[in-house]
Amino acid sequence: MQEASPAQVHAPPTSFLRKHVFSLDHKVIGLQYYGLALAAVTLGMVLSWLMRFHLVWPTVAVPGLSLISKVGAPGGIITPEYYLSLLTMHGTLMVFFVLTNAPFAAFGNFFLPIQIGAEDMAFPRFNMMSFWTTLAAFLVLITAFFIPDGPPISGWTAYAPLSAIGSDAGPGLGWGQTLWAISIALFCAGSLLGALNFISTTLDLRAKGMTLMRMPICTWAWFITSCIALLAFAVLLPACLLLILDRTAGTSFFIPSGLVVSDRLQPHAGGSPLLWQHLFWFFGHPEVYIAILPSMGIVSHVLMASMRKPLLSAKVIIYSMLSIGFLSWMVWGHHMFVSGMNPFSSLVFSFPTLTITIPATIMTLIWLGSLYGANIRMTSASLFSLGFISMFVSGGVSGFFLAQPSIDIYLHATYFVVGHFHMVMGVASIFGVFAGTYFWFGKMTGRMLNETLGKVHFWITFIGTYCIFMPFHYLGLVGNIRRYSTFVDDFMGPLMPLHKFITIAALITGAGQLIFLFNLFHSRFWGKPAPQNPWDGTSLEWSIPSPPPWNNFGDVHPVVYHDSYQYGVKGSKGDYVMQDSPEQVVGG
Amino acid sequence: MGKFFAIIVVIIAIASAYPIIAHKYVQPEDISTHGHAIDEQLSDTMAESGFAFLGAQFVLAFFVWRFTARKDGTKVSHLPGGAKLMVVAAFILVGTEVLALGVFGQKAWASVYFTAPKPDDLQVQVQAGQFAFYFRYPGPDGKFGPLHPDKIDEGNANFFGLDPANDVEARDDVVAAELAVPVNKEVHLLMHAKDVGHSFYVRELRLQQDFVPGLDLSLHFTATKPGKYEILCTQLCGLGHYNMKAYLDVMTQEDFEKWMKEKISEQ
Repeated sequence: MQEASPAQVHAPPTSFLRKHVFSLDHKVIGLQYYGLALAAVTLGMVLSWLMRFHLVWPTVAVPGLSLISKVGAPGGIITPEYYLSLLTMHGTLMVFFVLTNAPFAAFGNFFLPIQIGAEDMAFPRFNMMSFWTTLAAFLVLITAFFIPDGPPISGWTAYAPLSAIGSDAGPGLGWGQTLWAISIALFCAGSLLGALNFISTTLDLRAKGMTLMRMPICTWAWFITSCIALLAFAVLLPACLLLILDRTAGTSFFIPSGLVVSDRLQPHAGGSPLLWQHLFWFFGHPEVYIAILPSMGIVSHVLMASMRKPLLSAKVIIYSMLSIGFLSWMVWGHHMFVSGMNPFSSLVFSFPTLTITIPATIMTLIWLGSLYGANIRMTSASLFSLGFISMFVSGGVSGFFLAQPSIDIYLHATYFVVGHFHMVMGVASIFGVFAGTYFWFGKMTGRMLNETLGKVHFWITFIGTYCIFMPFHYLGLVGNIRRYSTFVDDFMGPLMPLHKFITIAALITGAGQLIFLFNLFHSRFWGKPAPQNPWDGTSLEWSIPSPPPWNNFGDVHPVVYHDSYQYGVKGSKGDYVMQDSPEQVVGG
Repeated sequence: MGKFFAIIVVIIAIASAYPIIAHKYVQPEDISTHGHAIDEQLSDTMAESGFAFLGAQFVLAFFVWRFTARKDGTKVSHLPGGAKLMVVAAFILVGTEVLALGVFGQKAWASVYFTAPKPDDLQVQVQAGQFAFYFRYPGPDGKFGPLHPDKIDEGNANFFGLDPANDVEARDDVVAAELAVPVNKEVHLLMHAKDVGHSFYVRELRLQQDFVPGLDLSLHFTATKPGKYEILCTQLCGLGHYNMKAYLDVMTQEDFEKWMKEKISEQ
């Protein structure tokens, strides 16, 4: 709680470049992150369409695809290696450039400073650098589509030695894989800068009266996420550098001796493939929480405005998020139950993994229990928040299975796992992003999104994603293995109708997202002008114009008198009292 | 809109649970001695998770149905018991579940990993390479010849890199493209990766274990029912991953001896 530090003050931008491109303004940077995530999710979704299409109609040509990759899709027919490229790029784009960028970097950048009453981030120049580094990472990754060798095929987890050996191990594992490693290293660097910035901003730039416990839950979520990101990306960055060295400088961090690939004895010795897995998952599991925590925060924030009452206890939600953040460091080994690490370790990793369901259940019960006695206003943002709860439960319960090594031994690497993480970290997290978008679009752009289109978008997405991802669990129970480009196994025949159903659902649900895209672009220019506080919210973002001026609060320094969820009370404007309103809160 | 949401959530919940309750998609018949413990653990977990899943979706649906768009000016109220009740409920419900599943799950895990193979087991070495499995039996001398990665020559069917000219133990080693084992006999699998990571997965055996280059792991199991079962690679290993498979052929002791004799005469 200090006055704005000198580092954070910058003059109002004057030139076009400074205003919209190389901007130091956290709001512009937030929108830039959102735009990047939107580009990545569009591409990632198209890739998933191609995969689903190929799985059920492997001999049908995809029109135009051969123009993008003559080698990968000759005549429009996807080759097995191109299928693996698609899944590698889909996973990488979605996990890094969508699930990390959208709920955390985009919304966090735009709203964290505003919600704590700050003029900008603590380090605006770092902030600009973190976006441009991330954009560079994205461009490097996309370049892999256009090189002769093609994009990498080792999956988003890039297990060594497949990812470390080089082109002997197969197509895409030459320059494609190197570009992948460079891209992820850049992404880590950008995220580290961003995380540092979020942490310093939260700790140093809060307005007068904004104690930590008065911060909105989503600010807390971004803050905890930054702490996780700071430690997680700090491990993945060196891991990627070691991988790059193995690939280009002849080192052997991840490659043992005596490997014969493509009839060639590899000139490596002394490395360990398990080392990569440990480093990767030490980042990889906390990454799941980097993706989901911000959405939990956004959903809590949106729900309170929708329900017109505070959650049963915001404190319990915050403590639950803190304990999830803490436990997230002890569970990475559950990705490696069958990896060949000591079987005793599996038991040790299993317990914190099962334990992490306790704070997750507490949060779910708090959300559910808070609905009791509410007066829900059913907006598009509310629908996506409620959909988030449903999806989080559905994706969460399957975690029970995979947390147990004895069951994982059967379900590992099957579609059950794919269903689990798509629901809980993919769809649930994206529902948080949608909720945030419908809730905050007016504040971000000055125009409201169309609510009718928003609701149509919700119903297609909600029912559609269940139709896609619930059947994945059934496939997994039968033992359907993931990452196969064609199903040649004897037992697969009877499962093909289910695969067809999933593909059709995916195509329809994906097409439904066009409604969202149309709504975004149409409303950006022709939407209803956004009032200052369209949802009768209480936190600081609703105390300033839509969109906010370049320095957020004009020349005033906001003063905070209440916590950020004074709903269901008698206030001068209705059933709520703004955080920066000095009036006494009556009744509850 | 609240009522519509509630109805859709209930329909989704029931439709999602139906194929599970009706046993439409289940694991194949278990043919191992340890598998029943895993299956039991799986069905217990399914029951508990199913209960939690349906319970949470129904409560969500009910509350949204009941508490959406009430009359303007309706005073909001709070759940009796508040957050404390929720925290206690979570600890009791999930805590018991965690303990129960964790403790019982250990037994199933232990049956696979914490018991030593019997001394009279059948030792088979399995090598995984892009994109095939090969199996090696020690032959009449009961000893495996050493591996020489530089001698691997697929063109001449020297998949393991054996050197019979110099290694006596290697001369009678039997190499096959399928894993033939006698029924009800413990098999001790010595796992070796030739190039990159692979995995050994037999659904019917309820077994999955990665091959890690540079780290020779072992696995043991007893198959209880004769028949042919698919061995799949489940660790992404390159472009031919989807097609990397072999067969586990469980046969009677007599058939196995006959098979072994044929193989020895072929060498």
